This record gives sequence, C-alpha cells and structure tokens, in this order.
Amino acid sequence: MSHDTKSLAAQLDRADTRVRHDEGIGGEVRAFIDRVRSGDLGMLPVIVGLLLISTVFSTLNPVFLAPNNLVNLLFDAAAVGFISLGVVCVLLLGEIDLSIGSMSGLASAVIGVLWVNTGLPLPLAIAGALLAGALTGFVYGNLCNRFEMPSFVATLAGLLALLGMQLYILGPTGSINLPFTSSLVRFGQIMIIPAWLAFTLALVPGAVMIFSGLRTMRHRSAANLSSGGMTVVLIKAAILTAALLFIVYYLEQGRGVPWMFGVFVLFVVILDYALTRTQWGRSMFAVGGNAEAARRAGINVRRIRLSAFVLCSTFAALGGVFSAARLASASQQAGTGDVNLNAIAAAVIGGTSLFGGRGSAWSALLGVLVIMAISNGLTLLNLSSSLRYMITGAVLAVAVIVDSLARRSRASHGRA
Amino acid sequence: MTKASRGRDHGDLILRLRGISKQFGAITALEDIELDVHAGEVVALVGDNGAGKSTLVKTLAGVHQPTAGSIQYLGKPVTLDTPGKALEMGIATVFQDLSLCENLDVVANLFLGHELNPWRLNEVQMEVRAWTLLQELAARIPSVREPIASLSGGQRQTVAIARSLLLDPHIIMLDEPTAALGVAQTAEVLNLIERVRDRGHGVILISHNMEDVRAVADRIVVLRLGRNNGVFTPDNTHEELVAAITGATENSVSRRTARILETQGG
Repeated sequence: MSHDTKSLAAQLDRADTRVRHDEGIGGEVRAFIDRVRSGDLGMLPVIVGLLLISTVFSTLNPVFLAPNNLVNLLFDAAAVGFISLGVVCVLLLGEIDLSIGSMSGLASAVIGVLWVNTGLPLPLAIAGALLAGALTGFVYGNLCNRFEMPSFVATLAGLLALLGMQLYILGPTGSINLPFTSSLVRFGQIMIIPAWLAFTLALVPGAVMIFSGLRTMRHRSAANLSSGGMTVVLIKAAILTAALLFIVYYLEQGRGVPWMFGVFVLFVVILDYALTRTQWGRSMFAVGGNAEAARRAGINVRRIRLSAFVLCSTFAALGGVFSAARLASASQQAGTGDVNLNAIAAAVIGGTSLFGGRGSAWSALLGVLVIMAISNGLTLLNLSSSLRYMITGAVLAVAVIVDSLARRSRASHGRA
Repeated sequence: MTKASRGRDHGDLILRLRGISKQFGAITALEDIELDVHAGEVVALVGDNGAGKSTLVKTLAGVHQPTAGSIQYLGKPVTLDTPGKALEMGIATVFQDLSLCENLDVVANLFLGHELNPWRLNEVQMEVRAWTLLQELAARIPSVREPIASLSGGQRQTVAIARSLLLDPHIIMLDEPTAALGVAQTAEVLNLIERVRDRGHGVILISHNMEDVRAVADRIVVLRLGRNNGVFTPDNTHEELVAAITGATENSVSRRTARILETQGG
C-alpha cells in the first residue's frame, strides 16, 4: 500500500497535520511502546507473568511443562474461567460480585440435587442451575438499582445467603456423587477435541483476522478514510496462527485440547464480540466510564447494570456446573476457599480494571491461565493449601497494584 | 444530517414557554417564566446565582417537570417528562460538566446511545459521519480514535457540542460553554455557536460572561430570583444589563465602577 502525499491529505482522518500517524510495522512497534509507557499495558503483564511462572516452576519441577499437565491445567481453567468471564462484566461497570464462588457452589449443588437425587434429565438440571444464577443476578441488580446498595455489600450478603442455600439443599449428607459414565462427567474429565478439528480451529483466528482486515480496509478506503495497509495484519495473523498451531501440536503430544476449554474459548469470543461490536457493549463501557454521562445520552443505565449482574451470576452458575463435572461431585466444599478470589484475580491480572470502563473478555482467558498455572505449579511442588492461599493472595495484590499504577500513569498521560 | 426533513426556516417560532413555575418544596425556583426561541437565533439566558437559569434548562431538558405553565413546541403543547423524550423531540442539551465518557474515543462519544447498527456497530460509517460533522463545524480535533481523556478543554467542549448536533435538534441548550476555557478556546467556541445558529438551530446560551453573551446573542433574557426581569439586545449597555440582573441601578457593580472612576479622577 503506497500513498502519495496528495491522496493522504485528502483522506478525512488525515487532514490534521499535527498528529503523528504510525503506519507500517515500525509505526506499530512505536505505537505499542508509547502505549506501554503511558500505562496502557494490555497483555504485557500476562505474557511476562506466564513466562516467569513457567521458568520458575519448570526448573523446580520439570513435570510442569509436560503436555499432559498442561492439558489438566486447561481442564481446570475452564470452570474458573467461566466465573471470571462474568466478573469481567461487573468489573467493567466498576461494580463487583463477591458471591461468585458461592453461586458456583450452589449451581453444582442444584445439578446434584435435580439430576442425581430427583432424576430430572440433565439439560433440565443445567437449565435449573443457570436459572438460579440469572435469578440471583436479577436480585443483585435490583438491590443496586432500586436501593442504591453498594454491590460490594449486596453481594457480600449474597455470599452468605447462597452458601446457606447450598448447604440447605445438599442436606445432611453434604455431598452428591455424579455418575462417572455420564456425559457431563466425561465432558469434564475426558472429552478431547479430535486432533484434526483442533488443528483446523487453530487456523480460524488467523483467517478471520485477514478476512476482516481486508473487509475493513475495503470499507475504509471506500469511505475515504485511511486504511493502514495489510502488512501489519498479515504479520500479526501469521504470528498468531503459528503460535496456536504450536500450542495445539504440543498439547496433542499429550491428550489434546479439552472440549471443556474449547467451549470456554467460544464463550470468550462471543462475549468479546458483544462487548466490542454491539450497542450493549458500548453502553457497558460508557456506564463504567461515566454513568451520569451515559444516562444523559439516553442509555438505560439501570438495565445495563441489571444485565451485567445477571450475566455475572449466570456465568458463575455455568462455572459451577463445569466444576461439578470436573470433580464428578457436588459437595459442601464446592465454590468455597479460593474460587472467589481466583476468579476476580484472573480478570484483573488479564487487564480488566477494578475501577470500571476498561477491560475485555480476553482478560478472563489470559488471567485464568496465569492463576491456574500458579495454582497447578504450587500443587506440583506439594505445597499445602495454606501456602497456596498466601501466594495467590500476594499475586492478586500485585495485580491490583499494577492496575492502580497503570491507571495513574494513564491519567497523567491523558489516557482514560 | 436530516436537516431538510426537519423543514426549518430561520425565524420560525420553535419554542414558546408561558407561565412556567417550578417549586421544590417550599422554595419557588421559577415563577411565571416566559421564553420564546426562534430558529436561527441565539437567546442568552443570564442571571445571578440562584436566578433559576439551571432549573429552567433542566425543565426544558426533561430532567425536572414544571409545577405549572405550558410549553409549546413547534406550535403544539407538549410535556417533557424524561431526558430521552426531550432529546427525541429535538431539544439537545450540553451540560456544564460536558457528560463525556473519558474512556471512550470521540466517535463512541458522539454516537453514544445512538450507535449505527446496534447488533454490529458500523464503525466506518460512524467515523465518516463524525469527521463530516466536525468539519462542518470547522472543529479542530486531531483524531477521532483517541479517548476523550487526551483532549483539551476546548476540544472536549467541541465534541460535546458536536454530539448535541448529531440528532439534528431544533434547539440546543448550552450551559456555561465557555466557563472553563482560555481566551483562544472561548473564541473558538463562540465561532462554533455562530456556525450552529447559521445552520438554523435555535440556541439557548447560559453564561455569566457578559462579554461572550453580547458577542453572540441576538436577544438576552434576564432572570432574577426565578422571574423574568426584562429582554435585552446586545445594543443595550452593560450597565442596563447588570442593573436588570442585580435588580437595582444602585448595585455592587455600579458602586465599584463609580469608585474606580473616583480614584482615577481624584
């Protein structure tokens, strides 16, 4: 793509000569460095974190990087990942949901009771669990909207109430085993995407990138806007495809890519589309950035808030169903302990701000990989859960500090 | 822009308020207010703190409902019960604190709540319309893909005014648009107000700055303690305006002027 200066000046968005426009590969790199310097860290902390974690743990115990351990890691990641996906929704509004752990525990209890004890068909039981999630989110949304209850308090109350509900419906036995031969448990423990499909799917993101890049370029030049050129897109797509193919290849050395993780990634993609390409997503960011401005622009702030809480609790319930499948049981311990903080930490580590208005669905995926890698590595070292909790707590603290510092730096560099 | 479809001629009466009153409990914020706004006209609304300017604007924006009185809009009596309804009918407001989302870019802010193609945002079309609108207003914004946080005060004001024009309103209300701006930026915004007027919109301008008001207003409506206190033109003298605002020819401003004259004379 070569433009002479005349046609550049004629483009709608290139009329102002005061602005430096970064073009080509050099420009892209320069823009990236600028962004990081001003506190817009993007995926950088995750990549640094993952590199650090894999170096440390694989020197301490080489099993950490073994293909089958990574496959197990992906199985574990999917359940917490779903919960984290919901957390992203509420964090975008600057709200929080502290009851996600209890919600996931309750959902797994609902599955156990409805499916195993009552004998309802599995899809109905899952629907029941999701409905419980949606209902909980609906209650939170209304508490925050109508009574202006801080979400922190509303969901803290919910944490106890849901935990109580979980214990109540599980009854005195306290634990329900799910049948090992059932499709749900097989899905949570065994089912693997066939190799040919996994490799094909690994090609899709790159192809979509090139295709949509071409489309955008065509539309932009038709509308007399600068279009940047395809070189950067092609390079990015090539790197992404190579990385994905390598990952799939490596996992195929073990058992392969779990279906459960595939489903999780699918939901990440859907949520990412909804957040970035729809009016609803734009409204989410607007409400998170400046709720009063959003209200004056005619956005129904209450409905947006309600939708975020409903989505969060529903995703938490889905995460609960997945973890029940993973553990093949619904117990009193499900959803307790570090589930809450792991899910919130994952979203924050992945780059979703605690202060609202910034973040993406991908942060759930990236963050959960970091969190799960830490927890998996510590388990491999045979550390007790006391130490695991302390270390995970420290990691969350560091993530929040990074978020906070980056936010201050963005403010001083004139970026939101 | 759907300007043609709105069928607007300069000089048409757009808005007619009669006997508007607003009470907050025991306090009467507005009493028996009259106000007319025509197309292609800048009406300045001036008054001291507590004169009721903001309450009147909020009444027109649909934030407050008047306790009594009638609002005629385009010849028909209307009620403005929500901000959304006022916006839809063509009464746009630029609030003093601008109401922009700093984390979103210029295009997103311009189209906030009115995005093209809700299920698959049409970014290209929105960007084109953003540039077109900004160029019509001869506004200088370096990039519409930068977050608002990176813009200066004047540029933010420009974006806020441009956003209010997006739905092609009949009336645009500006609450203290130059309050926080420097000399050059104030001039830019005043130019912008004139261009908006020349496009045929009715403009209601609220300002404490008499100089700005006299520079662009066609009529100056003075409010005092929630009541109308005279309609002036830029030809009236500064003293007459101040007298109407403060309610007395003998006021702190005139006393200060007299004192300064005295010291200079003595």
